[in-house]
Amino acid sequence: MTTSVIRPRPGRFAGRPGKFAAGVAAAALAATGMAAGAPTAAADAEPTSITIAVAQEVDSLSPFQAVRLITTNMHRWMYDFLTNYDPETGETIPALAEEWETSEDGLTWTYHIREDAMWSDGEQVTAEDVAWTFNTMMTDPAAAEANGNFVENFASVTATDEFTVEIVLNEPQVTMLALDVPILPEHIWSQVDDFGTFNNDQEFPIVGNGPFILTDYQPNVSITLEANPDYWRGAPQFDQLILRYIDDPDAQVEALRSGEVDFVYNLTPAQFNALDGQENIAVNNAQGKRFQAITLNPGARLQDGTPFGDGHPALQDPVVRQALVHTIDREAIYEVAYGGYGEPNGGYIPSRYDTFHWEPSEDEAIGFDIDEANRLLDEAGYAPGGDGIRVGPDGRPLSFRFNVHGDNPQYVQAAEMMAEWAGEAGMELLVEPVSEVGSLLDEGTYDILTTGWNVNPDPNYVLSINLCSGLPTEVGGPYLSDAYYCNEEYDQLYAQQLSELDVDARAEIVHEMQRVLYEDNIFVVWGYADALEAYRSDVIAEMTPQPDPGGNYYGQDGYWSWWSAVPVGEEGDDSAAGGSDSDDGDSNTGLIIGIVAAVLVVLALVFLLLRRRSAAADDRE
Amino acid sequence: MADSALPTAPVPHLAESVRDRSGARRRLRYYGEKVAGSLVSLFAVILTSFFLFRIIPGDPVRTMTHGRPVSIEQQEQLRRDFGLDKSLAEQFLDYLTGVLRLDLGTSFQYNRPVTDLIGDRLWPTVLLVGTSVVISATLGLWLGVRGAWNHGSIGDRVNSGVALMLWSVPSFWLGLILIVVFASGAGWFPTSGMESTGVTGWERIPDIAHHMVLPLATLVAVVYAQYLMIMRSSLLDEMGSDYIVTARAKGLRDIVVRRRHAVPNALLPTITLIFVNLGFVVFGAVLVETIFSWPGLGQLFYSGLAVPDLPLVQGLFIIFSAAVILMNLLADLIYPVVDPRVRP
Repeated sequence: MTTSVIRPRPGRFAGRPGKFAAGVAAAALAATGMAAGAPTAAADAEPTSITIAVAQEVDSLSPFQAVRLITTNMHRWMYDFLTNYDPETGETIPALAEEWETSEDGLTWTYHIREDAMWSDGEQVTAEDVAWTFNTMMTDPAAAEANGNFVENFASVTATDEFTVEIVLNEPQVTMLALDVPILPEHIWSQVDDFGTFNNDQEFPIVGNGPFILTDYQPNVSITLEANPDYWRGAPQFDQLILRYIDDPDAQVEALRSGEVDFVYNLTPAQFNALDGQENIAVNNAQGKRFQAITLNPGARLQDGTPFGDGHPALQDPVVRQALVHTIDREAIYEVAYGGYGEPNGGYIPSRYDTFHWEPSEDEAIGFDIDEANRLLDEAGYAPGGDGIRVGPDGRPLSFRFNVHGDNPQYVQAAEMMAEWAGEAGMELLVEPVSEVGSLLDEGTYDILTTGWNVNPDPNYVLSINLCSGLPTEVGGPYLSDAYYCNEEYDQLYAQQLSELDVDARAEIVHEMQRVLYEDNIFVVWGYADALEAYRSDVIAEMTPQPDPGGNYYGQDGYWSWWSAVPVGEEGDDSAAGGSDSDDGDSNTGLIIGIVAAVLVVLALVFLLLRRRSAAADDRE
Repeated sequence: MADSALPTAPVPHLAESVRDRSGARRRLRYYGEKVAGSLVSLFAVILTSFFLFRIIPGDPVRTMTHGRPVSIEQQEQLRRDFGLDKSLAEQFLDYLTGVLRLDLGTSFQYNRPVTDLIGDRLWPTVLLVGTSVVISATLGLWLGVRGAWNHGSIGDRVNSGVALMLWSVPSFWLGLILIVVFASGAGWFPTSGMESTGVTGWERIPDIAHHMVLPLATLVAVVYAQYLMIMRSSLLDEMGSDYIVTARAKGLRDIVVRRRHAVPNALLPTITLIFVNLGFVVFGAVLVETIFSWPGLGQLFYSGLAVPDLPLVQGLFIIFSAAVILMNLLADLIYPVVDPRVRP
């Protein structure tokens, strides 16, 4: 990985003037002072910038508090983590930690912090900063809000010298090389009184140690980050990264066409096709980081085994579930509903993570086979009733409620297709789009639901949601999965992989877990939709995707795309990585329009009543 | 010569003082009732606001953490943070005591006090929607007067037809069409937002104006028909009145009859409409603000509904309702001043 050449930095001034240049003079009134230690050379040229269209609100710029995807993404650019992921191989590579070792028992991890990492205010990054960050998360619940799951198993974190950190665990855990926690500057943050209310958005530029420094934040208007000229891996080639708020997805596309933004992500297949082949626009359909799936209600229950909800009892019969899965044509779903942009695949971990990805062999696959579905159901005694719908031994017809995320047209279309196929096997799927599936899950009042999960380079979390310990302890209480899955064998395998430090051996176990999950037919993965993105090829000459090749640019597990991006006209040598997937706010547009209308009606009623009353009063006068 | 003074009705001096006293009392009672009624309405809004938005399905914690690995402990911590772990009664009590102290709580998704957020967003909305009310009222009234005066003519029919058509067009659709044609297509205007990044000082004024053209055009287009139709119909009503016939019979020029006699009387019903619309100014235009990413209260409301960010949408609902109630009250108080016929 070569580093880019550090060029003298021009001063900052007005953003790119629009075509209509309505008084957008490049008034070189430097908005904010550059970070200490950055040479503010005389302005020589417009700063080069990448403007990304975003829609999700910033919940907090404090890494202790930020739980939304947009802010966790930004924190990857602003703060270094101990380790990073190689965009080409996906393996763990050094970041703040140059090297590390672990004890025989796997309980003590020692990280050696690099000595050439600096905070943007000129201070040295030391092991003390690392220890302070983790210790604060371990002792202050408000600081654990965003990333507390990483330190739940920590016994102690100590800086043994200026550049060495020692973390002692209660139990072995393999995820010590995937601690996605931004390391914070102790000399700044130790002065904060209350981490619950501190949003890190009062003083700019925000002191960080990543490739970009956040210099300006206008809520719901824009966020500006400047390249960090002293970044140890080398300075980014673009001077600025600007996130610009455009709420409406179609308006985002239009802004890309007009050149107001340089990058859009989260496109629909229709938008993607419309942009494909346009002048000065490049499109990227990246291997998905997310799987799309359905979950079949296996009988929702609490951790102590108490059943609740009203799931269809037939779905507790493995034969019915298997027959239902046989009626799903994954190929057709991705061809039709996803416009060909996706990969049909029954494995739980997306294929972009080739080490951990598993998919069923020919013999194991429960593929599209309506005849087989019919045969299974006939054998199990589910005979067709008068209306062609099969009836169970208890006299209940195999008619299942199928609740779909109404704001996701692909899900809705795929569900309609599934209903048709299931009908051919004598099962009825009543497709009902809903604004929100969460409340149905809470109550266990569903038969089939659509779902989807982001999968990170380390699969530990997405595997952990299916543990028995992820079930709720009381109805309405918190739980992790959306499948009410619980299988002893799976739990044992999970514990094994968590303490297996050898990557290949761990991958074996993770494959086995996915096989168990696949055979149970409770969590039924359709495959992985592509992440669809587009950018201005007259602004950005090249960027590194993650995984490289075939990956995405926005939403990477790293900063490769923006760090490596080369402005048009400055093509030289470089290489790095990028990634994307973003599942920004789930906008229930229909629901919201409905509520807005309701509010208007209520307001109008209030008004009318008042008018009526005053009219009546007038009459009395 | 022809302008002989009109006889005025004799005023009985004896009854005057008596009537004054009772009149003052009556007026006071009228105003008192109006103010009290408004306060009752406001209180009802405060009560309903809490329950209205709890009907929205959705778990704020789940929405906020969507797509990120969070443990059960973190979910519980967030729930405690949002106060969602308390019973509904406790939450309601907290909410009420908060509102009475003018504290609308802390937004879930911005982690900031709701009152601060509303303060930040107030002026963009007032600027956009306020301007649109002024323009659409002026345009609508002017076209309404012309339409009524020449009612039945081709011009009138075209005018009303266009206005009604625009009125029935969904605002978000019209906004998107304008973006496609004039922003990304012709490149004359920015596609969205209120200002460009990095523009400061006096430069901001033309920049904001430039960004405002399309959202303003959208809002005016879908609203001005209301004014046009009301003005037109109330002027048509007046045109049949005896005093208009009298004015014409006196030989006054048509334009004088229209301006000095007919229009002032016909304006009265539209005053109420203008006040109501001013009340809705703070509510902004949720959909137009969202399509154009205009950082106002309407867009804030929209962003809050998706979570649902309960403190935020509750607070905004109270503010919206209070504005409507206040403007309505003002209309009630001012109307007797402009229309002697309804004086208490």
